[in-house]
Amino acid sequence: MSTDLQGGGYGWRVDDIDTDEMILNMGPQHPSTHGVLRIELRTDGEIVRAARPHIGYLHRCFEKHAESVDYPGVIPYTDRMDYVASMGNSLGYALAVEKLMGIEVSPYVQTIRVIMAELQRIASHCIAVGTYGMDIGAFTPFLHLLRDREKILDLFEWTCGARLLYNYNWVGGVSHDVPDGFVKACRQFLREFDAVTYPEMIDLLIKNKIFIKRTANIGVCAPELAVSYDLTGPNLRGSGPPRDLRRDEPYIGYENYEFDVVVGEGRFGPRGSCFDRNWVRALEMKESAKILHQAVDRIEKMERADVHEKVPKRVKPAKGEVYARSEAPRGQLGYYIVADGTGVNPYRVKVKSPCFTAMSIFHVLARGMMIADIIALIGSLDVVLGEIDR
Amino acid sequence: MDASSIHGRLKDRFGEKIVAFQSETLQPWAVVAPDAIADVAAFAKSDPALAFDNLLCLSAVDYPKEDPPRMEVVYHLFSYEHRHVFVLKVHVPREGAHVPTVEGTWAVANWHEREAYDLFGIVFDGHSDLRRILLPDDWIGHPLRKDWVDPDFYNGMHVKPTQQMAERAMAGEKIGVGPFDFTPPNRHVEE
Repeated sequence: MSTDLQGGGYGWRVDDIDTDEMILNMGPQHPSTHGVLRIELRTDGEIVRAARPHIGYLHRCFEKHAESVDYPGVIPYTDRMDYVASMGNSLGYALAVEKLMGIEVSPYVQTIRVIMAELQRIASHCIAVGTYGMDIGAFTPFLHLLRDREKILDLFEWTCGARLLYNYNWVGGVSHDVPDGFVKACRQFLREFDAVTYPEMIDLLIKNKIFIKRTANIGVCAPELAVSYDLTGPNLRGSGPPRDLRRDEPYIGYENYEFDVVVGEGRFGPRGSCFDRNWVRALEMKESAKILHQAVDRIEKMERADVHEKVPKRVKPAKGEVYARSEAPRGQLGYYIVADGTGVNPYRVKVKSPCFTAMSIFHVLARGMMIADIIALIGSLDVVLGEIDR
Repeated sequence: MDASSIHGRLKDRFGEKIVAFQSETLQPWAVVAPDAIADVAAFAKSDPALAFDNLLCLSAVDYPKEDPPRMEVVYHLFSYEHRHVFVLKVHVPREGAHVPTVEGTWAVANWHEREAYDLFGIVFDGHSDLRRILLPDDWIGHPLRKDWVDPDFYNGMHVKPTQQMAERAMAGEKIGVGPFDFTPPNRHVEE
């Protein structure tokens, strides 16, 4: 009876409409694919029967470039991979080369690196959470979060002169010492973050009923599936396992800081949903602020030291190879570096980027979704195409 | 488990198929015969004492100057349960390299193997969807090989200025339009 009403009295029923499978291209210029990503969707009406991501539109031959410049020369290229969180990239590379050469940096440099890495994590999650809201229709939180990201970028600019691509973490040190008054400015930022940014984000976005309804029951990823596809970082923690390299295999002195590893709780709907992945990011910002509080307290008490003290005159590791990973804002970033011991250029640099593996699970999670939910799924995986395509 | 006992366990199970073991390096590795890698991978994941449930990274490296010239496929394994790591390597010839896929063991290997195929030309037998991933489908060659030479043309378009183009440009002719305007790098020297 109701179907007759929907038919509008034209003599057909809704049940009679056949829907053919249709190929729909989403991207590469789609605003919600977070870059130049093309997804080939096989749709049956509004339901996605299969999805096939096509990547490579932003391929810039990072690994080939890395073979043609010397070891420190690679660092600016690493910045350009995950351009939303450049500090994490160059930090991972510097750690890998330091491991290869057996360089141990001073506690002062380590503390600076922790401060920069955690500031970058907050800045990166500001974009992740903010654009995620914007993808599915909440425009306002994005503006609030971008406003606060600006404050972090100002701190970075003050320290090293750049706002996006920093070339900051060098092999054996950092490029610039923190300026006078940095601790005070950092405290000011943290006060604003704790009092305004964080509660605003939770109230405006995370607790929003529409937002929860849009995200809480879709894109559910079981922990075993996540491990099999090598999801890491917030994507993995959203599914439940409390795996964080900062806790499990501490580097740059993370073992000295108190913080909690946030995991998805499945508060609304099943655990491991899009909501949980985003929830982990949002709450992780608070944990990063916690680390920052301790780090600025620590650096205030420290004697200023030369940040270039351990920077080698000539970076030329002996023959060998290393695979080093670090917890970048988007997950575990791994560098496999092979040194042949003869030249000053790396023989091979391979990057295992967390976004690359996160994108490879996409076709599994997308199957059976509504088209509109695809947008919510891409946003919850928080991919940056610069890092997928390298 | 430390690396030598992991190697011991693999050696007990597979014998001759574990070709070599290097423990003196920063991160110890074992060389596996190419035809056995899929079995070794499945065993490494399912064996409760090893439990390598995570493939951290799969990379390929080209060694044309070794004797004999070879390519390596490198598997970095990690166990969330036991928190140990191990590295497996497979040596393959530079031409016509074939390696069985480990996609059935770790799903993430699908894209990693596509990347190794794309950039090195290593064919992974049994792979469900072995296509190029980063480069365009009509690309010719595998650029991360050490003997790669940049092509002059891509689909009939100049991607590298030829000597002829350089000479015409030096003579003052305008080559290309707008952003594709070609200026020889050392023109200011001539002037």
